[in-house]
Amino acid sequence: MWGFYLQNLLDSVPFFFKGLWVTVQVAGLSLATGTVCGFILGIVRAGRVRALNLVLAGYVDLIRGTPFLVQIFIVFFILPEWGVQLEAFSSAVLSLSIYGTAYICEIVCGAVTAVPKGQREAAAASGLNWVQQMRYVVVPQALRPILPPLVGQYVLLIKDTAVVSVIGLTDVTRVGWLTVQRIPNGILVFGLVGLMYFLICYPLVYLSNRLEARLTVEENTL
Amino acid sequence: MLETFNLRVIWATMPQFLHGLGATAWISLVALIGAMLVGILACVMRLSGRRIVVLPAVVFIEMIRSTPLLAQLYFFYFGLPGLGFRMTETQTGIMALSLNSGAYVAEIIRAGVMSIPKGQTEAAVASGLNLYQRLRYIILPQAIGVTIPALLGQMIVLVKDSALLALISVFELTRAGQLMASERFMPAEGFFTTAVFYLLIYFVLKYASGQWQKRLIFQPAGGT
Repeated sequence: MWGFYLQNLLDSVPFFFKGLWVTVQVAGLSLATGTVCGFILGIVRAGRVRALNLVLAGYVDLIRGTPFLVQIFIVFFILPEWGVQLEAFSSAVLSLSIYGTAYICEIVCGAVTAVPKGQREAAAASGLNWVQQMRYVVVPQALRPILPPLVGQYVLLIKDTAVVSVIGLTDVTRVGWLTVQRIPNGILVFGLVGLMYFLICYPLVYLSNRLEARLTVEENTL
Repeated sequence: MLETFNLRVIWATMPQFLHGLGATAWISLVALIGAMLVGILACVMRLSGRRIVVLPAVVFIEMIRSTPLLAQLYFFYFGLPGLGFRMTETQTGIMALSLNSGAYVAEIIRAGVMSIPKGQTEAAVASGLNLYQRLRYIILPQAIGVTIPALLGQMIVLVKDSALLALISVFELTRAGQLMASERFMPAEGFFTTAVFYLLIYFVLKYASGQWQKRLIFQPAGGT
């Protein structure tokens, strides 16, 4: 029976690659948006303007305190009630971007806050304005501690794209779900799905581990 | 925007949501215990230094960390019956959650053990403590204190991850919201109520984590 299922499964591999392409598109678009927005909001949040900080802290708590599944349901089922019609793909990218931004914002904020205050003061004394201080002095130094957790967060976000399958987007997880109705062997079908995610995520997990190891070694020698 | 928001219905279905909240809480707790067991085992294997033992632990941890929980959940849900294992959806869900979080717990505990200065072990060896005594009296008491905030963080992740169990028709908090959306066509009421309950759990755990971190700062676990 396994051989028969395997044969069937191999025949539908192109279908899985189509799903993988959808996953890559959703992940790519939302990671790019999340990184840009996350950096901007993170730097703003590190600026310690009271009102802004309150709003951003609330936003981050709302996103981090609820499951992504509930968030995507809210975007997909409730926005239409309020007159915002989105198809599955845009809903997926929108909700993942909002979700990713919150996490990346926290990573960036933490790293920017950790840059010694003297750096900003020296930059200010040299006559740089706020944007220049951030652009040339603070952010380049914050980048090193940002990088390992950022790559780790990318892996988490790519894995979270699996959840978009529930609103009917035919990503690789949904392809698996559809295939398992026809080839009733979950081990084979979701083994293949897992393998596809592994191929994307493992290089990033490896990179994150390496970055972290390098960073800690350098810190210890100081 | 909110003129259609029906608080009366939310109040009327509150028992269902509370039931869901209870289910989410106990599923998460059981899965946390499972994750601790899996995590400690994987961590000990990983740090054992014997290749034959280290390799399976590393493969397990990296495989779990590189694939989505939803795919793992479907893997067990659709895969186990074919192998002759008959489990309820809840059991399957708890198993998948335990294995998934276990891989992360293993990494958290490993980081805790690694964070203990080498001098501690050396001093313990010099005092004539054997491996078990070193672990029991020197390393673990310090490592656990340091890892508690991270473990509470993992607990938050676990609670949120348990929402995916709704997709294999386990009745818990998200499922309660989903049922409200599909049976009464009230997605806003259903999912916002669900979200509020998750936030409740989140803030309790976040507060606990913050309190513990404060304690750590005032009583440095390093004990200089």
